[in-house]
Formats: sequence, structure tokens, C-alpha cells
Amino acid sequence: MTTRAFQKIYTKIDNITKATVTLRATGVGNDELATVGGKLAQVVKIMGEQVTLQVFAGTEGIATNSEVVFHGEPPKLKVSDNLAGRFFNAYGEPLEGGEQLEGEAREIGGPTVNPFKRLQPSELIATGIAGIDLNNTIVTGQKIPFFADPDQPYNTVMANVALRAKADKIILGGMGLTNDDFLYFKQVFENAGALDRIVSFVNTTDNPPVERLLVPDMALTAAEYFAVDKGEKVLVLLTDMTLYADALAIVSNRMDQIPSKDSMPGSLYSDLAKIYEKAVQLPNGGSITIIAVTTLSGGDITHAIPDNTGYITEGQLFLRNDSDTGKVIIDPFRSLSRLKQLVIGKKTREDHPQVMNACVRLYADAANAKTKLENGFDLSDYDERALKFAHDYSEKLLAIDVNIDITEMLDTAWSLFGEYFTKEEVAIKAELIEKYWKA
Amino acid sequence: MKTTGKVSGIISNIVIVKADGAVGQNEICYVYCGDTRMMAEVIKVIGDDAYVQVYDSTRGLKIGDRVEFEGHMLQATLAPGLLSRNYDGLQNDLEKMDGLFINRGSITEPLDFECKWAFKPLAKAGDKVSAASWLGEVQEQWIAHKIMVPFVMTGNYTVKSVAEAGEYKITDTIATLVDSDGNEYPVTMVQKWPVKQPVRCFTEKPRPSKVMETGVRAIDTFNPLAEGGTGFIPGPFGAGKTVLQHAISKQAEADVIIIVACGERANEVVEIFKEFPELVDPRTGHKLMERTIIICNTSNMPVAAREASVYTGMTIGEYYRSMGLRVLVMADSTSRWAQALREMSNRLEELPGQDAFPMDLSAIISNFYARAGLVKLTNGETGSVTFLGTVSPAGGNLKEPVTESTKKAARCFYALSQGRADSKRYPAIDPLDSYSKYLEYPEVEEYLAGKIEKGWVELVRRGKTIVLRGKEANDQINILGDDGVPVDYHERFWKSELIDFVILQQDAFDDIDANCPMERQQMMYKKVLDICDYDFDFEDFEACSKFFKGLINLFRQMNYSEWKSEKFYDYDKQIEEYVRSAK
Repeated sequence: MTTRAFQKIYTKIDNITKATVTLRATGVGNDELATVGGKLAQVVKIMGEQVTLQVFAGTEGIATNSEVVFHGEPPKLKVSDNLAGRFFNAYGEPLEGGEQLEGEAREIGGPTVNPFKRLQPSELIATGIAGIDLNNTIVTGQKIPFFADPDQPYNTVMANVALRAKADKIILGGMGLTNDDFLYFKQVFENAGALDRIVSFVNTTDNPPVERLLVPDMALTAAEYFAVDKGEKVLVLLTDMTLYADALAIVSNRMDQIPSKDSMPGSLYSDLAKIYEKAVQLPNGGSITIIAVTTLSGGDITHAIPDNTGYITEGQLFLRNDSDTGKVIIDPFRSLSRLKQLVIGKKTREDHPQVMNACVRLYADAANAKTKLENGFDLSDYDERALKFAHDYSEKLLAIDVNIDITEMLDTAWSLFGEYFTKEEVAIKAELIEKYWKA
Repeated sequence: MKTTGKVSGIISNIVIVKADGAVGQNEICYVYCGDTRMMAEVIKVIGDDAYVQVYDSTRGLKIGDRVEFEGHMLQATLAPGLLSRNYDGLQNDLEKMDGLFINRGSITEPLDFECKWAFKPLAKAGDKVSAASWLGEVQEQWIAHKIMVPFVMTGNYTVKSVAEAGEYKITDTIATLVDSDGNEYPVTMVQKWPVKQPVRCFTEKPRPSKVMETGVRAIDTFNPLAEGGTGFIPGPFGAGKTVLQHAISKQAEADVIIIVACGERANEVVEIFKEFPELVDPRTGHKLMERTIIICNTSNMPVAAREASVYTGMTIGEYYRSMGLRVLVMADSTSRWAQALREMSNRLEELPGQDAFPMDLSAIISNFYARAGLVKLTNGETGSVTFLGTVSPAGGNLKEPVTESTKKAARCFYALSQGRADSKRYPAIDPLDSYSKYLEYPEVEEYLAGKIEKGWVELVRRGKTIVLRGKEANDQINILGDDGVPVDYHERFWKSELIDFVILQQDAFDDIDANCPMERQQMMYKKVLDICDYDFDFEDFEACSKFFKGLINLFRQMNYSEWKSEKFYDYDKQIEEYVRSAK
């Protein structure tokens, strides 16, 4: 940022910690940006004339006589249609030396949509993955994360979902993305010929972690431009939110705040909600749908990050390695889409809700049978059939490499019912059995 | 002269203000950021520094910015016209706001001051009155909305005059009162009350004795909620807290329902906005929205206002209770409110308690729950506020501070279990962990004996025992294997499954099963108990499980059939024959 005329330059810093500097300054606004020794920083606390700034890139090399210039405004993003097809860093500056953006500068992290002005989400997003479309149907305006262990192919699944979702714009917010994954996304989008629909804000593992804190707000400001101003269907991908939360913890720790559960700041819930609640179905037909990734440590969802996330998002998609089939599946027990009730059986075939529930119930019976088997007990005939069903169900429907439409998924389920069970065991409403049962 | 001040420090939404005069704890003030006027509340005073929490974003605020103190605490505005409205946590009418976004400093009137109401006097000149005495009434939707002596008027008064029946605006004077010294006080239909203080205008607070029907079998049959009682629903995410609360808000036997969406998802509130104006309350034939008030402070709205929202909801509830009505206040979720307290406490650098929550969390929660209750009004009528809150325990662990503190305060405990949710047994209310203290009240037992049938509570206890014994049997089966235990164990287990599938589980998304009236609950429950009482003599465990699976399927079809329809009786007959064939 170039300095303007009459802008005051401060050259005396009182305190320097790993992430913050404190100096005496006047006329400074809360949340305002500043440049400290050439690095971007933001005002986080003002006590009289003492102003504390958080330096995004860390304070290494900053001296007590480094130059501090206040910008007089909070972080902004220049929005226009030219965002499409571009890659930016966490500050909204073009990567790889592209030309600077032109357009209206908008504050990031802006106000909330009035809940009364929202519409109820009602448009189904088909992904071809039965673990999602059949069991955990996603709709526009929803916010839902993948819960996955770091070794699982969540970025691949997310890229697939994004490309099949028929969104007008896809906005990628990468936080702590490895360079390899970043290049993967870029290549997949390029190969699909979708680059002109994509905007990316990326903080890779090469960049300072605290910079990540800007990425979701940047991505969502761009999303709001396309959804609110242009009435477009926007899909926002945020990966990995666990690394975002880790950055929050670093900052709160350096600000001497008292940590709550799992060393996370006490405000974690509000911090995450501020991001996820930007998902919205607007009256003008535009929408923002957020699909995120929260990596887990050893599948533990009681950790503060997945736990708070689960309370905010409208469900979660839980990836699990299925040892029976050797595939990665979307776990039908622990996954959930809260908004599926708005579309299943209404926008899809009438038997969808009951078929979905029956499948999960029978799959649970198979899980019980498996426990019995592991404990060395004899299996009944029903148990044997349930286990066979579970294998096929996992392979033909739950696996993430499935790509079929929803009617085909339902037909597949009915064939499995007919193959392994009697009508009574499936226990679906009599009218539906009559209509769809496959002997 | 109002006290004013200047901003002297900013830490997120806590602002330190140098005041030039007297400042009260919890006093409301306005902080000016340029032209934007933001509401704030004093939460601590040290010397002439007032620490205020701003109910908005403090972005761009500068040292030296102007602050004006209002001289009163956060107040709710109470008058006819509250019903059907959608407020934020500070009682701003969301419907009246312009634009798609809620911009900073958006303040809208909670009521319509131009609208005229048909007033009917109830009191006459010479009557002795005190706070909350009824002076007259207007028809608000289908409720006779009483116009009362303002709650803030302590002491005794004599009515000097009451307006004649006719059309009045809420700000028109409808009565004049005189105190013992001869001072006159004009009274309008509007009054204000500080939300953090309980309304105490009643003569006594007896123990609740009636049961509030909710149409949810797992609650009404197994652990009933009393009218004027308190309950809470803790559960991990995905266990169905919100679905359960919505079901109760649609079906509960109450005159006024206040839904406080406190730090939860906006799309859930949108669902209520969309559904309630269309759904009909089967008891009255009126639209659900006509008896509902929504206080909505979703998770991305300012944190400080989240704390205020539950108090605003409770105050409006107490207002309607004073009219002799049955009010149900529901808050989803009280954990978010506790977290708001934690964020504030943290910024004030107070010494933390467990999990960094403030030390007085437990006291704050029990004071709040104590505001619910059945009351006897000064005119002998009764009114009630029933409070039902949800708790979102971190990590689904019920040993965390908010759950434990609430457990001390609330009388009903509806624990939602992850295990039940995982196996899609909804509502996931755990039949063994959950309890209703009201079942132990002799007056409730007597009430249920009259309302349902003699010895009902005894039947409920029997059902609970069957479920418990079934669980024990199941544990044995899991340890010793299907063949390792007598067939008797299997029978015991399957009898508990029968109760689980037919009574405890309920499909909230099925038009018929969603709402089960008490009469139907009674019939189904007794039918199931009769079967549980019979000692079957199964050949082996497979015959046992086959029999019960078939039976459960028939019962489920019956639950899906319309009450007393041909289909319903047909399944009833099928079940009888099915059971007879096995005896």
C-alpha cells in the first residue's frame, strides 16, 4: 500500500511480541489496517494512546524503530466480475504477479443478512455420490463440512462435488493448503474447463499461519458479490477449517487470553459461526453454499473444533475407510444433512425418505452382526444376509467413487432389498413396497 | 442531564468509557461511531471508567468517540401487538428493517404505535389496584390481552377514572390512578420493564400440578412436563434437539409460545418464519403464528445481544403470564448464552471457573430458570410460564459446566443420546437417563389419575422398569451370546424394544405420527403394556425375535394410520390376532 500525503508515520514501537506490536498513536480506529516495517497488521486493542497491532506475517525482524503507517480502513477486497478465473493470496492480491484488481473496495467480514429476509433453502444439489445424494442430500444455501482424517482424500471428493454441483461460481478458500494440493485443485479445475467460474484465495503452508484468518472473509466477500449483486449460485469451498481454528488459537494465546476446551479461544463458536452463517438462500435467486473440510485427529469428533463446527453447520459428511470393501465411504451413521428433509421425497422420488432410512437401519443390523462375529458368536441366517447386504451397500452406494443419479440410487437400493431381505424385514410403508419391490 | 462520556479503550466489543457523571451497573448507553449509534450495556465500573459491552461491531471506533448514557437498564416494551412478531435479542422488529443486511445501529420500533385497539374497561373508578391489576382488555389475535397497572408502580393506588370502551392507540391514556398522597398517574397500554429483573407481581407461586401436553409420547407418557415447570434438553449435535423443540412449539398445549433462537442457525429460524404462518393449531383452529413470538439472535448476530435475548423472551413471557395465560418459553440453545457470558468474562480478565466459564454461571442459570413457574395473580386467577431450554454440551459430554448447572435448576431432564441418534431412534430421548421430577409430585399424580386414568403413574413406572430390565438382558446377551442366555432374556429384551419402537420412537416428519394426543398415547401404551405382561413361551430366541419384529412392524403401521380410522382399527385387529396366535 502506497503512503498518502500527510499520512503520519510512527517510528517508535514500545513492545514487540511474537505476533503483536504496541505503540503510542492517536486517531486510530478499531480493526484498522496498518503497515509495520513493511508487513501488514491489524489493530486488535486500543487502550488510551496505546495501540496493539497483530502482525499477520509475524514480527520477525521488526525493530523498535520500524515504520508504522495506519491505513485508516479495515481490510477490503476490490470486487468485480474480473475476480473470476483468478488466484489471490490471503490479502486479496493476485498470485503469480497478475495485474492488480479494479473494482469497488468492500470491507471483508461485513454485516449479517437479516434472518427475516432469508428464504428457506429448497434447491437440491446433485453430486452423483450416493453417500451424499441418497443419505445426506445437500441443498443450496446449506453449510456442511467434511469430517475427515488427514490421510483421507477429502480434497479430491470436494473437487468432484464442486465440479458436479452446477454452480455459477466456485470460490476456493485454501488455508494451510500444501502446495501440492493447491496445484491439484488448479489442475482439476483447468482440465474441467471450469477456470472461468473459479475464484481462489489461497494461503499455503509456505505462508505465515496467522494470514489464514483473512481467507474465509475474503472468499465470502467475493461470494456475496456474486450472490447478492449478480443473483448467482455460489459454492464456497473452505479447506481446512481446522488449520483456521489453529491460527485463532495462536493469536488468542499471544493476546494472553484464557483458553477454554482444547486450548481453543472461548470465542471459537462465534468465530466459526460468523463464517458459516454466511451461507444463505437469497430472495433474488442467488445463494451461497459452503462446503468445508474439518480434519480430525484419529476420528475424534469431541475435540473443540469439530464439536463447535457440528453445532454450527447443517450436518456433516463423515469419511471413513471401510475395511470390508477397501473403499473410502461416507459413513451413514455419523453423517447427517439437516436440510435434506426439505427436498427428499419432494424434489426426488416419493420413496426416497423411507428407502434411505431402511438402508441405514439394515446397515446397522449388519454392524451388530459384525460385532457378534468378532466376539466369536454364531450368526443367524438374518445376520448372514445383513452382512452381505452391507458389503454391497457399501460398494454400490456408500463409496465416494460412485457417480449415478438419484433415481438410479433408489433402484439400486430396492434391488439390494429384494436380493437379501423379505418385505417384512425391510419394513417400509406397504404402499411403497407394492410399487417398487424388486423380487 | 444525561451522563455522557468518551471512549478511552477498545478490546473487541468491550469498550472502556470515561464518564463525566453517575453511571449505573447494567445501564444502557449509546456509543457513536461516526453517524452510527450503537447500543451498549455497562458491565463493570472502576473509578470513572465504565466498561460497556457493545451490542454491535466496534470496527472503526476511535478513542474520544462520544457516548451517551440513558439512565435505565435494558428494557422490554410491553403492549398489545407483540404476538406474531419477529424480534432480535434487543426487541428490534426484524420485519421493519430495510435492506437485505442488518446494518450496524439498526434500531426499529418493537410495536405499532399508530394502530388502534378496541378497549374494554374491566376496572371502574374507586377500585383499589396495584402493579399488574387488570384495568381493561383488548382483543389481540384470539387472546384477551389485559391492560394492566404497570409492573414498575409499587404500592397501592385507587382508580380515579378508566376510559370508556372504544378505539385507542397504545399510547393513549386509558386510566388515571391516584396514590395515597393524592398524586395522579396516567396509565397507557404501553409499559416498560427491565429484562434482567423478574416480574414479581403475583401473590404466590404454588407447586405445579398440571401437565402440559406436547404430543410427544416420550415426554407426555414417560416424563411429563408440568405447566409452569422447567425442563431442559441436552444433546450432542445431530441428536435432534431442534427438531424436538420445533415439534413441541407446534403442538404444546399453551396459549402463547415464545421461541428464543439464541445463537443458533438462521436457516432453522427461517423454517419457523415459513411454516408457522401456514400451520394450524389443531386445538384452536388458529394459525400457529398467531400465538407465537420469535426472538431471534442467530449465531452470527452480535454476541452480547445473544445474552439479552433469553431475558427479553422471559420478560415477554412473564407479561403474558400476568394476564392469566399459559405461556411456554423455549430457548435454543442456553449453551450459546453461557458462551456469550464466557466471552465477556474473558475480555474483562476475570478469574475463570471450569472450562473458562465465569464462576457465577451456576447462579445465573438457576436464577433464570426460577423465573418460570405457576403463579396465583392478585385477582385469584392463575398464569404460568413453562420454560424449556436446550443445552449443547461440548463434545456431547454431560459433565460440562452448563449441563451440570442446568441440571441443578431444571426439574425435567430430557437427555438426547448419541447412540440412539446414530441408530436413527428419534426422538433420541434416552428412556433411562431422562427424568421428570413432576412424576414424584403427589398433586401431579392425582391430576394424571383424573385426566387419564387411575393409577397412571404406576403404569408409567412399570413401563420404565420393563425398559430397564430389557437393557440389562441385552447387556447379558451381548456378553454371553444369543445361545448363552435363556430364551427368557430375549423375551425381556424384545419387550423393551416393543416399548421403544412403538411408544418412545416417533416420526416428527410424518403428518399423523408427529402429534400424538394423550387419548391415543393412553390407548397405545396400555396395548403395549398388556403384551409385555404376558409370558410367552418361545421355542428359541429366533422365534422370539421374529415374533416381535413382526409385531413392531404392525404397531408402526398403526402409528402411521389416522386416529380411529378404518385402517387404524384394521391394524388393531391384526395385532390382536397376531398376538393370540403366539400365545
